[in-house]
Amino acid sequence: MSDMVSNMELNCEGLNCPLPILKTKKAIDSLNSGEILKMTATDPGSVSDMASWAKRTGHELVAHTEASNVHTFFIRKK
Amino acid sequence: MSDTKKLAIIASQGTLDWGYPPFILASTAAAMDMEAVIFFTFYGLPLLKKELDAKVSPHSNPAMPMKMPFGSKDFQSFNWPIPNVISGNVPGFDNMATMLMKETFKKKGVATIEQLRSMCQEFGVRFIACQMTMEVFGFEKEEFIDGVEYGGAATFLEYAADADISLFI
Repeated sequence: MSDMVSNMELNCEGLNCPLPILKTKKAIDSLNSGEILKMTATDPGSVSDMASWAKRTGHELVAHTEASNVHTFFIRKK
Repeated sequence: MSDTKKLAIIASQGTLDWGYPPFILASTAAAMDMEAVIFFTFYGLPLLKKELDAKVSPHSNPAMPMKMPFGSKDFQSFNWPIPNVISGNVPGFDNMATMLMKETFKKKGVATIEQLRSMCQEFGVRFIACQMTMEVFGFEKEEFIDGVEYGGAATFLEYAADADISLFI
C-alpha cells in the first residue's frame, strides 16, 4: 500500500493536533476531484482524527499504514 | 437547504492555556467543512490583539502540571511540586511558567495561538468582538487584527440559535 501512487505528498511528522488535519485540509483543497494525497504523521491521535475528518468531509481515506511510529494516509479527494 | 454544520463558541478566557481551545476547535471545524463563529467576550477579547501577550498563571490553576521542556525523557515527565506560596509570590513566576509552556508546546509540534488564529481566518471562521466588553475595558478596534466583526449578545445568539454545537469556553 505504501507504494500507492499519489498526486501530492504532505509531511506532517512531528506536528501535533490539530495541525495535521489543518494542513491536510489545505492540501486537499489544492487538488482536483479524484486525485490522491499522501500524508504522513507521527501524532498517534491522527489515526482517529483522520478517520473522523474523512467521514465528515466525504473525502475517501483509501489506506492507512503504520511503520516505526509513522502513519501514512492516502486520501482521495471527493 | 444546506446541511452544513455550525459551531458557535464563546471565548471568555484569554490566558495562554485557555486561549487554545477556541482556535483549535474553530479551525478544525472549518477544516471539516463546518461553519464556525467565535464570540470574544470579557477576558477572551485580548486574544484578538495584534500583539498577543497571553500568559499562563499556575497559581490560579492548581491542577496544572509543571513540566520542563528540556532534559531526559524522565526529567521532562517529572511533575514539579510548586507550592502556591512560591507560584503566587515569586516575582516573574508566571513569565517563567509561560516560557516553559510555550517551549513545551513548540517541542511537541503544537501550533502557536497566532498560527491557529490566522488559519481560522484563512478558513473563513468569523470572529466577533463583544462591543460592550470593549467599552468596559477600553479596547480600541485599532488594537485588534483585521477582519473582526463587532456586536453584542443578540448578534451571537442569532447565529447560535441555528448552531449544531455551542460551547462556552
